[in-house]
Amino acid sequence: MGKTITEKIFSSHLGREVKAGEIVIANIDFAMAQDGTAPLAIKVFQEMGGKKVFNKKKIALFIDHSAPSPNRGVSSLHSLMRDFAKKQEINLYDIGAGVCHVVTTEEGWVGPGDIAVGADSHTCTYGALNVFSTGVGSTDIASAFLTGKLWFKVPESIKIQVKGNLPRGVYSKDLALYTVGKLGAGGARYKCLEFEGATIQNLSIEARFTICNMAVETGAKTGIMRGDIKTREWLGKHFKKSFSFIEPDEDAHYEKVLKYEVSKLTPQIAKPHQVDNVVPANEVEGIPVQQAFLGTCTNGRREDLKIAAQILKDKKVHPEVRLIVAPASRKVYLEALREGTIEILLEAGASLVTPGCGCCVGTHNGIPSDGENVISTANRNFKGRMGNPKAFIYLASPATVAASALEGKITDPRKYI
Amino acid sequence: MKNKKILKGKVYKFGDDINTDYIISGRYKFKTLDNQELARHLLEDIYPHFSEKISSGDFIVAGENFGCGSSREQAPLAIKYAEVGGVLAKSFARIFYRNAINVGLPIIQVNTDKIKEGENLVIDLLKEKVFVPARNLQLKITSFPPLILSIIEAGGLVEYMKKYGEWKISY
Repeated sequence: MGKTITEKIFSSHLGREVKAGEIVIANIDFAMAQDGTAPLAIKVFQEMGGKKVFNKKKIALFIDHSAPSPNRGVSSLHSLMRDFAKKQEINLYDIGAGVCHVVTTEEGWVGPGDIAVGADSHTCTYGALNVFSTGVGSTDIASAFLTGKLWFKVPESIKIQVKGNLPRGVYSKDLALYTVGKLGAGGARYKCLEFEGATIQNLSIEARFTICNMAVETGAKTGIMRGDIKTREWLGKHFKKSFSFIEPDEDAHYEKVLKYEVSKLTPQIAKPHQVDNVVPANEVEGIPVQQAFLGTCTNGRREDLKIAAQILKDKKVHPEVRLIVAPASRKVYLEALREGTIEILLEAGASLVTPGCGCCVGTHNGIPSDGENVISTANRNFKGRMGNPKAFIYLASPATVAASALEGKITDPRKYI
Repeated sequence: MKNKKILKGKVYKFGDDINTDYIISGRYKFKTLDNQELARHLLEDIYPHFSEKISSGDFIVAGENFGCGSSREQAPLAIKYAEVGGVLAKSFARIFYRNAINVGLPIIQVNTDKIKEGENLVIDLLKEKVFVPARNLQLKITSFPPLILSIIEAGGLVEYMKKYGEWKISY
């Protein structure tokens, strides 16, 4: 019997044949934590009796969720992280560097065949680079910092074959939302989603990140993709080490195989307060929005900002809408600045905030008011997510967010494209 | 908590897909490592004043996919420090599952359909049974794999690492 990508990655790490369902202890190639999880991990590392991390070159810390600090409580936790990083001589990406997952991939921390863990549920994003990556909690990450290893239950995989060209105005985010809607919030619990097909190959690496990023919203342990020429090119610019792709065997065993044909897919929206509450955008068109948010580890990359800017060019955001833009990293910000994207967004009336998580997690940078509707490119719309349980969050693509910001109401972006 | 084999308490029922933002909002978890403070806000966005209402040892009983969403370990910690006796669910989201085991919060995978709001439960962790004494009902708990059991028996992953300094079992 052949193996899935995941089974192959675990087999090569364990040095023996490993099948789905086994519980194993595997070596970690990269471990990271952010300012919502690192302080607790540091505390736990010390409680475990930790003196030195297992390998300072395989660990990074990020200050992105509340950055710059909005209050004294957060400031002291940030200080704790800075002190720890200095003492342990590990890399810390401080305020303004960007969202952990975007920086991790841009800076080449992970490559094909690696096992990466992060104390952040969206660590699954790196799967687009043929990496097995998954989110864990603070205590798990502390034990990984200490020992360089972690236990895993090797997941069963669900293959998702996608074919058909995405129509104009329909993007990888719409496909990601569609997938979450189809599978449901727990539909792939403990599983790995293995995406493949011509549609995926036609997507840029940035667009592929969006899909793997949202795998966790189906309960999946991760999302993963095969490598191709685009992946190789991307890695050549960012990873800068030699690698080979891990391919699944033809006769690999999948729990199930799902086939999507997307040539008629329309813009999708996740309605409040569940990510799997997904409907075609036209079903909610016309609902007024007071805040629009463009950014996050899902959709805050250069390509995303560009898509939004194309819609907003020479236009003004609706006077009753606040458009908040958080470029996902300093690098994204700089590139978008150089190519004129930032200028277009500012002239349209956008408010630019520090590269990082922006208002996604409700700590700062635009907490909505009671009863307000927000349209966002983020990955979660849980009640209270943006800091106010009395607000309503709709999730959509950068194009849908931009079109909605223009009109002051949820708008199908296709008329602007 | 670590050596307790019999748990007793009252049922507070919840639905499917209770996410970690509901369990403890990001509004609180980013600014403190004080678990008592977090515990005061447990589940408040979907059940106002929950932490004041419950008594020590009471149970959260939910449906599928309890603890989905973010990786925040403050979720099981807030539950533990609110003195909830344990969480019973048909299934748990995987990061929450790991985090609960690691911090020593009892999680019990069991078919919760027959358990009713407000009734009293007795849980025997050794026998892997949930009892509803008033209705003479008993339910079978899904067993833990040996590695996970060894973490639970150590009292959580911190205690495990303190004891062994390394992963004890090589797989």
